[in-house]
Parts: sequence; structure tokens; C-alpha cells
Amino acid sequence: MGAVRKWTRRGFIAIGALTGGGLLFGVTGAVLSPSRHGLRSDDAEQTGELTTWILVTPDNFVTVLVPQCEMGQGAQTALAMMAAEEMDADWSRVRVREAPATDAYANGYIARAFIHNVAVFEKGFDYGTYRLARWLGSQATGGSMSVRGTGQHGMRVAGAAAREMLLGAAAATFGTRPDELTIAASTVRHAASGRSATFGELAKAATQQPVPSSPVTKDPRTYTLRRTSRQRHDIRSKVDGSAVYGIDFTMPGLWYAAVEIAPVYGGKLVSIETSAAEKMPGVMKVVRLDEAVAVVADSYWRARTALQTLQPQFDDAGHGNVTSATIFDAFDKALGAPPDMPSNAATVIKADYRVPFLPHGTMEPMASTARVDGDRVEVWAGTQDPLNARKTAAAALGVDPQQVTYTNLALGGGFGRKLPNYLDFVGLSARIAKAVSPAPVKMVWTRENDIQHDYYRPAGMARFSGALDAGGTPIAVRSSYAGGGDSESVFMPYAIADQDYSPRDAEHPIRTGPWRSVLNSQHGFFKESFIDELAHAAKRDPFAFRRDLMGEHPRFKAVLERVAAMANWGTPLPAREGRGIAICECFGSIVAEVAHVAVSPEGVLKVKDVFAVADCGDVVNTDTATAQIEGGVMFGLSAALLGEITIAAGKVVESNFHDFRAMTLADAPRVHVDFVMSGAHPGGLGEPAVPPVAAAVANAIYAATGVRVRDLPFSRAKLAATS
Amino acid sequence: MIPSMAVTVTVNGQTRTLDVDPETPLLWAIRDTLGLTGTKFGCGIAACGACTVHLNGKAERSCSMPLSAAAGATITTIEGLAAQGVLHAVQQAWLDQQVPQCGYCQSGMIMAVAALLAEKPQATDQDIDAAITNICRCGTFARVRKAIHGLTGQGGA
Repeated sequence: MGAVRKWTRRGFIAIGALTGGGLLFGVTGAVLSPSRHGLRSDDAEQTGELTTWILVTPDNFVTVLVPQCEMGQGAQTALAMMAAEEMDADWSRVRVREAPATDAYANGYIARAFIHNVAVFEKGFDYGTYRLARWLGSQATGGSMSVRGTGQHGMRVAGAAAREMLLGAAAATFGTRPDELTIAASTVRHAASGRSATFGELAKAATQQPVPSSPVTKDPRTYTLRRTSRQRHDIRSKVDGSAVYGIDFTMPGLWYAAVEIAPVYGGKLVSIETSAAEKMPGVMKVVRLDEAVAVVADSYWRARTALQTLQPQFDDAGHGNVTSATIFDAFDKALGAPPDMPSNAATVIKADYRVPFLPHGTMEPMASTARVDGDRVEVWAGTQDPLNARKTAAAALGVDPQQVTYTNLALGGGFGRKLPNYLDFVGLSARIAKAVSPAPVKMVWTRENDIQHDYYRPAGMARFSGALDAGGTPIAVRSSYAGGGDSESVFMPYAIADQDYSPRDAEHPIRTGPWRSVLNSQHGFFKESFIDELAHAAKRDPFAFRRDLMGEHPRFKAVLERVAAMANWGTPLPAREGRGIAICECFGSIVAEVAHVAVSPEGVLKVKDVFAVADCGDVVNTDTATAQIEGGVMFGLSAALLGEITIAAGKVVESNFHDFRAMTLADAPRVHVDFVMSGAHPGGLGEPAVPPVAAAVANAIYAATGVRVRDLPFSRAKLAATS
Repeated sequence: MIPSMAVTVTVNGQTRTLDVDPETPLLWAIRDTLGLTGTKFGCGIAACGACTVHLNGKAERSCSMPLSAAAGATITTIEGLAAQGVLHAVQQAWLDQQVPQCGYCQSGMIMAVAALLAEKPQATDQDIDAAITNICRCGTFARVRKAIHGLTGQGGA
């Protein structure tokens, strides 16, 4: 099975170790290293670049160059808000731009999302991780880390530095001391003399100020821009059709490619019949690659049509006998006997849970345009890591990354599919372009290509045992699981003394990868279903049972209590309706959800409402933070209700939205969102709402019907009333 | 081999003659021949609705209609929905409610809703559920419904 990379603290340290002490360099280089935000271009004076990401220009605009991609999560706007807040910039005079895919914007802050107590080493640490990221070619947007990594440790500090530079420039102009000046709405004022100057007027002089290495950031209690709702900078272009996604890129002389890829992962092209295709109108070339075949033509439809005549034969890489059943049988065998329980247990319960493979199903199928002209390579696509896309294209062609110019465009969904090291489509597109060099060629995957050649959310299985003492107090929870897990995903915030979670290996050849919330969607379902089963075995209310075990985890308890109150937990419901509760920590944020479901006598499940409360420490843009929780609930719910990839003869059976089903408006519940502003270090928001929802619904179905669903998706469960 | 044969359509108020294979789906003629890339490819089997345009005023999933079937038709794409730079009411509602996330499905979503409300300005939740079957993977459904409710003056929360 393909390794699932996750941006956890542990994972990051593993990268540090892998690179032979690059991280160590960062830490030990603390004293001599420059400030990360102080790295500026040679032409900073001309461009108005005050710090790495912040430009102030004579038109009195602040431009924030955000090294994060935009895939709907609102990170670009939120990060710009974090910088603008520190500067006291007039938000209506702030422009947001995506930083280019160049080394200067390499993103080491992913480390800071996980390791934030670096104290005196801070400056060197950030410079070191930047150097490390630059060396690794990383500019990733993932791990729900934009705000808590780049924002908290980069943009905020860069904004504060820019502010000090503008003050310094104003002081020099007015002949005053900086501490006699105030800033509001992009204007610096000297109250005593009544003089003032806009950022635009100070722009040029400010570039000549030294970049302060440790500027003073604001007391959060004085925020005026953060914690408000601001429109995202990219929404207008997404309601009028003008946003340019990877698939939309065009240029003069563009050719189009359609591809067919070995249906069994690892398979090779054995034979094709090219004579018909080569005679078809508009066809330039049939391109044979190791694992795929492409037709390049003067229109996409002509390429698709010609592709259908090729009758390609691929081998099955020796995996022709693999099916979903053989994979789950291997899981079952690997898990072995249910974990033992202590001898003093009065009640023991045991349960197995299963979750299927899932595709990302981004609405934009994989698409990439490339042109190879001599030793110059250009690539255009929408990915979650521009620098890794550049590196991927370079590796596919055997050239140096410096020979590749990569332009990132809007992403029609990411969810982990377009993270670094999962950019197979970029490499494929580069190889096709090389075969038709120097013609530029846009490769567009069909939905079938996309559904059948994903890096799937790993299927998984868990086997739990739990024990209660004679008084109904839980004394042990142990599980073994297959399909991947880590310390965060298996963590339960409950005071149960005897806990054990044991990973088991069960190899299979299906290609897997990170899927929104990575390992947490599986384990959220497993662990929060099982604790619910334990609560019912103890004849306790599932909310109260959890709460009473959370004494050591006050943040969890506060979130759980807030969501219960919000959902009117405990108030009566009609027959065959029920509420279920679940809580998970994921990427540094704690999210609790209550699902309210109704199950018809015929067994039709309707999720009516989902209540969600998140503690992500602090909130930057309230409206987009809310949208991320709403979206995370829906994404997790769509998978839990309907989502499934099955395997037969080593191949993915599902091929499009008719058999890989996704939620539509009629299935969508109302979603009610609230935040606990605990002041803890910022957590992520793009992913943490996903993990609790499947368990919350399973627990609600149990409350409504007495049927415990332990296998996803729910569409397979038999929920009809027995008469 | 199918000979090329020009097909004439009116797109966003302009008469256009398209000299492409008549079996080409309308979607690809709109995107690649006319360069109107606001209309999106999502599935190719009329299952997701990302490619929705208005064909003679009705919502149509353009990925599954051959260009030849659209001969003589009046077509509106997302780029033609705004009039003289003023957003259509549905687009404005989408902006006000900040509906889009990645935004890729939203052209089709907006076109489908605009067609529904043109026919049924007071669309009920039942009408909405039946007509708006577009897939959105980011999960913007709660805001989609809220934005429609704002336009119909119906619905509760």
C-alpha cells in the first residue's frame, strides 16, 4: 500500500531526519540567520516590496503576495487579513495576489503549524525551515495549516515589520520619533503637528528602512479587522465565470490530449491499434507511454474520439485477483482476535468497523498544459504545491527544475488530491508534451480517468474491545486497526486508564493518499462510534458519558457542552428521529458535531440538521471559517452517506458520478456553526469538520432506530422498521 | 468520417457560426471554440451539472448534447448572464452569501437556479430539491439554499 503522507509533527520531524539535518541547521543557525520575512528581491525599491510578501505602492494599495493556493478554503483572503491587521491597513485598499512558483516563496511554515514553541530559536527556525522547504521544492497548501503556519508565523510578523518600516519612513519625513505617530486606515498621523501621510506617499521611503527582524505584533484584544467577516477576493470571479482554473488555460496554437491509463495501478501498456486513429481528422499523434496512451489532436473532442479506437491492452501488474473482498479479508486476518479485556470487567463489548476506499472527486478533473521547447519547459495547472509541480514536471522530463516555469491557476477542488508527491497528472502532461515538442498541449482527464486513477482515502478496518466495571465506569478500550492511523487520529480524550491502539499491516496494491482530514475520517468514525456503544452499554446518555470522562481535557469539554446546548440535546423528538454526538481533534482544532436524523419506516435516512462547534483557537475571517466548517460537514457526510470505491480484478469498479455517488442539495442538512475562542494556538479549519460527522450520524441512527451501523457508507445499511 | 459542417447558434446575444464536427458536445464547442471557459466540464454524462447553460431559456447540461442538436438555438452561458456589467440577481445573491468555495461547480449551479427561478419565482424547497441536482464537492449546499431562499422570499433558516 502506498504510504500516506500526513503533515503531522511526527511526519515533519521525519522529513527533517530524511534531509540529513536540514532542520538542525535551521535551529542552530538561529543567531546568524536572516529573518524569513526580511528576504527581499533585488528590485524591492522599484516594486515597493517591504517584506517578502508585502508590497506598498504609490497608488496607496497594499498588495499581499500569498504563498498559499486558493481552492475555496479562503486562505488567501485570511492571510492577507492577518498582514493587513498588523499594518492597520485600510482593507478596501488591500490587494491579494498568489505568490509565483519561485524559490523565494518556498513555504517552510508547514513546520510551524506543528512545532510552535521554538522560543529563542524562532527566527533561525523559520529561516531554516524556509531553506529546507526551498531545498525540497515545497510550497504546499495542505494540512489545514495556512493560517496557523504561514499566517501566524509569517504574515502576522511580516505585517508588523511593514508597519514599523512605514512608521520609520514617516518619522524621517516629519522629523519626529516613530512613537509619536499613530496609524489607522493606511494613514500615518502625527497628532501634535497635525501632519499625516498615506502608505502610498510613504511607499518609496519605506522600502529604504531596515526590515526589523523581531517586530512587535498586536495584542489580539486590539484587533479590528480579524474576527470580522470579509468577502473573499476571488468570489466575484467565481460567480461571473471569469476565474481561470487549470483546465481553462489556453494559448495560441494549443493542442489537446486525451489519455487512457492502465486500469490496474502499476500495469504497463502492452499493445494498441493506432492505424484508425492516425487517419482521423485533426489527430497529430498517438503517444505511447509506459503506463498510458494519449492522443494529441487539434480539439479535445477529436482527441477523445480517436482515443476510443485504440483498443489498448494493459497488463495487470500481477494484481488481477485483487478485489474489495480480498482486501477486507486480509484486514480481518491481520486484526486477529479481538483485544483482551481486564479480568475485573463486569461488561465487555466488542465491535468491528469498516470504511471503504474513497476518491477525492474534485469537480475539476485533473488537467495540465505543458510545452517542451528545447531545454525550456512551461507548465500550467492548478495544484496544491506549485514548487512541487515544477519539480514533478522536471523529474518526468529528466531536466533541472530551474528549466521549468510553472504557473499555478485556480483549483477546482483539492481535498488532498493535488498535494506534493501526488501530482502524477502533471508529470504525465509533461511527458505527452515532450512527445509532441514544441507544441503546447493541454491534457484533460475524463471523469473516468479521475475516479479510476486517484490516490484513494485508504479503506480501513478496526476491531475494538471495551470494558465497564460493575458500576458502569469504562475501564478499558483497546483496538487493532488496519489501513493506517497515527497518534492524533486514534486519540480519545477520555479518562479511561487502560487504552491501547495497535496498527496492523495488511498490504494491498491500491494507490492511496491524503484525503481531506487524512487518517482522521476513518478513525473518527471508529472511535466515536465505539465510545457511543460503550455509553449505551453503560446505560448512560452518550453526551453525559463523554463529558464526564473529559476532566483532563477542558477544551474538549467546552466544545462538547457548547454543541450539546446548541442542538438542544436531550429534548424529546418524534419516533424514528434521533440525535448523535461525536468529537474529534484534527490538525490542531477540536470539533464536536451533533447530527439530527430521521429514518422513515421504509428505511430512508434523512439527515435534517448538523450542529458543529469548533475550537480552532482564534478565527481570522469569521465567514470563511464558518464556510469551511459547513463544507467539511458536507464533504464528510457525502462520503458517509454514499461514497464508496470498490475493487474487482485489481481495477476500480466505479467510473463516474452515476456509480460513485456524491451528495446533492436534496440530501444536504441544515448546518449550524459556532466557535469557541479558546485563545489556544491556531488550529486548522479546512479539514477538522470532516472526522466527526460519520460517527455523529451513525450514533443518531442508533438513537432513532436501535440499529448500529458499523460499515460505511450508510446507503448499504438496512434501516427499515421491523414489524 | 463525419464531414465538418458549420452550425449556427446565438451565444450571449451574438450569432456564431461554428465550423467543428457536429457531433462535438456543445460544451466543448463553447469552451474550446468560443473560448467561453466559465462553462465547466465535470463528468461528460449529464450527472453533475457543471456544464449547465440556458438553451432557449431552459437549463441544459451541455456536455451531453451534440452541437448539431443546438443548431439555431439561443444559448446563454455564465458569461452572458450579467446584463451590461450588472450581475444577475442569482449571481448577486451568490456574492452576497459568499456561496462559492472552489467555485468550479458554481457556474452550472447559478445557471440551473436562474432557469428554475425564471420559471418558478416562488420555487418551494420541493421544487428546489427536484430541479437543482448539481454536484458540489466543497459542500456549499447550505449557502446555495439560503441564497435561493433570499431570492424567493421563501423558506426558513
